[in-house]
Amino acid sequence: MTSPTPERFFELWVFLSTNPLLWLTVTIGVFLAAQRLAALARFNPLVNPVLLSIIAIVIVLRLTETDYRTYFEGAQFVHFALGPATVALGVSLYRNRHLVRRDALPIAAALLVGAPVACLSVIGLATLCGLDAGIVAALAPKSVTVSIALGIAEQIRADPGLTAVFAISTGVTGAIIVTPLMNALRIKDFAARGFAAGLASHGIGTARAFLVNDAAGAFAGLAMALNAVLTALIAAPLMKLLGL
Amino acid sequence: MLLGLFLLLFCQLIGEAAARALGLPVPGPVIGVLLLLSALFVRNRLVRGRDDETVADDRQGAVGEAADGLLRHLGLLFVPAGVGIAQSYQALDGQLIAVAAALVGSTVITLIVTVATFRLVARRLHKDGRP
Repeated sequence: MTSPTPERFFELWVFLSTNPLLWLTVTIGVFLAAQRLAALARFNPLVNPVLLSIIAIVIVLRLTETDYRTYFEGAQFVHFALGPATVALGVSLYRNRHLVRRDALPIAAALLVGAPVACLSVIGLATLCGLDAGIVAALAPKSVTVSIALGIAEQIRADPGLTAVFAISTGVTGAIIVTPLMNALRIKDFAARGFAAGLASHGIGTARAFLVNDAAGAFAGLAMALNAVLTALIAAPLMKLLGL
Repeated sequence: MLLGLFLLLFCQLIGEAAARALGLPVPGPVIGVLLLLSALFVRNRLVRGRDDETVADDRQGAVGEAADGLLRHLGLLFVPAGVGIAQSYQALDGQLIAVAAALVGSTVITLIVTVATFRLVARRLHKDGRP
């Protein structure tokens, strides 16, 4: 056995840091730790496990001078699961079909109003802020879950990297503000709260809603799926109509 | 679990293929969701016809198990793409504050408008005082 010298550590590091295994393990480990922290903070909305994980991993990558491409080679296995997880919403829709039937009208109304508002409000605000057309287009599908936002980006020719980042930022933002906002508005109907969370902030909002209340989680998942379908249908015509 | 994972991937695959081949204006995973949903309704018909499985206890078998596994840690799946955020700072080129303002503003508006619409219609419908 050779004694551990700095050279050997360096060799080991070179091997590990370019191996998908390291960054896959780091991603899952960091998220588990972040979840533990969120539980310790009694699920205070500010202690969002997704945001904490992202910050921690960005810091680790900076400190180890690892580029995103190398990181993603490992993390892509987790990222890939977004596709099947989106399809899995079919199961949650199916399981909640009775709730959906009971609240069919409020759901339909909130969807038909909420989906265009999610798109148009960000287009309006971004234009007011003087952002250029490329960024406005990438912002348009921001409330839609990442895998489908990327599909929409393809249709409206928006930058996929920016689209993904905006969708995730929106998810984290919604997950953080939904609880204090709904409490301030004194809304106690968890179906309505969850639906708004899922529509405005897709999967990350849905993950938050499941922490607060089971029914809220189910409605959030439903809103996320419905909004993905509707926005995918209206985004391209809407952008054309606005001349963007 | 493996069968469930296969079914989810299969629905996604068919969805992606159909969207591309037929030039549909809907992303592949969306078609995958609709496909899985219809498959579950068909399955329900078949389960209902059997005596050994009650519909109430049904957790949608293997596909339900796989879906539970994925959806339980939904947040995790967004982390790899989120880490890319640091990459996009350069692309934003000093427009970060404007982007953040538009994004946060729009999220607040969307949350309020959506919840208000939902409550308004729900209250009209059930005047029996749901919370």
